Amino acid sequence: MTVSETQGTAAAKTASTQDRQERRLPISEKLLRMPIVLPLITFVLILIVWEAGTRLFAVPSFVLPAPSRILGGFESVTAGRWFEHIWATLRVALIGYAVSFVISLPIAVGLAKSRLLSGAFYPLLVVIQSVPVVAVAPIIIVVLGTGDAPRVVITFMISFFPLVVSMTTGLAATPPELIELSRSLRAPSFREITQIRLPYATPYIFSGMKISITLSVIGAVVSEFVAAEKGIGYFIQFSTSMFKLPQAWAGLVILVIMSLVLFQLVSLLQRVFFPWSLPKGQK
Amino acid sequence: MALTNNAISFSSVGQTFLTGSGSVTALDGVTVTIAQHEFVAVLGPSGCGKSTLLRLTAGLMKPSKGTVSVFGKEVTMPRDDVGIVFQKPTLLPWANIEDNVVFPVRHKYGRVTADDRAQARTIIETVGLKGFEKRLPSELSGGMQQRVGIARALFLNPDILLMDEPFSALDALTRDAMGFELLRLWQASPKTVLFITHSIPEAALLADRILVLSERPGRIIADLQVPTARPRDESALRTPEMQDFSAELRSLLIRKEAA
Repeated sequence: MTVSETQGTAAAKTASTQDRQERRLPISEKLLRMPIVLPLITFVLILIVWEAGTRLFAVPSFVLPAPSRILGGFESVTAGRWFEHIWATLRVALIGYAVSFVISLPIAVGLAKSRLLSGAFYPLLVVIQSVPVVAVAPIIIVVLGTGDAPRVVITFMISFFPLVVSMTTGLAATPPELIELSRSLRAPSFREITQIRLPYATPYIFSGMKISITLSVIGAVVSEFVAAEKGIGYFIQFSTSMFKLPQAWAGLVILVIMSLVLFQLVSLLQRVFFPWSLPKGQK
Repeated sequence: MALTNNAISFSSVGQTFLTGSGSVTALDGVTVTIAQHEFVAVLGPSGCGKSTLLRLTAGLMKPSKGTVSVFGKEVTMPRDDVGIVFQKPTLLPWANIEDNVVFPVRHKYGRVTADDRAQARTIIETVGLKGFEKRLPSELSGGMQQRVGIARALFLNPDILLMDEPFSALDALTRDAMGFELLRLWQASPKTVLFITHSIPEAALLADRILVLSERPGRIIADLQVPTARPRDESALRTPEMQDFSAELRSLLIRKEAA
């Protein structure tokens, strides 16, 4: 038996003892170990305290509506109207996100490969990132008119920076030995990007993508606050102006769910297609 | 020795690096020739320019002074007949073992043939990893990962194998096992090996000849033939002549550090 084989069987043994220990646990303990259970319990408890508190102290619904009132807020608009609003926001968020990704990638490759480009453009990117997008949004709407274009631009401005930074960091994080290997093979330099640097940057790119996807939803909502006749952002603003607070809260709940689902989709994408890029213990 | 038999030759090579705080001389006046199929270990304290020696041979950098030649031709860029094994295995974590071994071909030419894959499987078997072809690097131990690193370097069947402290990241037992493994591979298919290390027993066990480098700026302060015949095993290190030889190497290294 070689060294490697002994190591392999030893690893298999410890794994199987762990399995057996897990099976011996009581059901209550097993449930508590499931990742979803504890946060769910916390969430339900908060809802109960919230509901009881608002009833007990007769809190007016424009200050803080009870969860049951918020639930009622969903019924104030038809499902068809909800879907129109949701789709309007989702569409802008996703297009803006896609544009951010497509534009960030070549920028990041340029910044990572060339010190000149990095010196010339990185400060500019920081300046763009430092502009308060909410303040620029009305200007962009005036310049680009109505329709999706200005909203996509606003979403892009909010969501692209984390992508550029994470991609650039990732592209530069490649082990120098692999770059030397590439040079020692005299391989074309585009393959150094596609076969070594980009795959190595994948974990970094995904952390940027996870931050950016929620920022995209924020961008879409901000653009709707400024000028829109559809979308969840528009719906919340419209509802508050009519003093229909439970309805506005319902819109907020939808936005939270939308962000969560999009975030989970990005995580799922990573787990399914790039499982090796996950940190150890998350596979 | 006829000139044509020289695999690697350094002729008064000096290497100076520019850093933020001035220039650092890594190598100075290095002149040495290494014959074909010779196994040469380079021994020296850390930071003495051992790795620079290797990178110059690989054509990854140009010497500031002198010339480096491989098979009689001055090295101006990386060559196809030189393979490198790094200190860390640096495998591609997303690619399985077989894909890691064929990577040089995929990277250089953009495609991999069935013949390449068959050859990769043969090499994987040679380095003792048969059955692990479809595993990911993260599923292998450190020693097994370095075997893959060696397999990857052997894949293009280089005449010269450059090894930069390849076993220094491994534990002592695995390190010894890998040393014998390397000897077995080298005896089965002789190559010119330039083996960088800072371990005296490792150098004495593996090499035909040992070059001892001084501290920065690195100069060759000793060029010694290992006094033991091959094939060697663990007992070879315990013979009186090997003990004396190791003591001589140790005193060379210590004298340098005291100076």
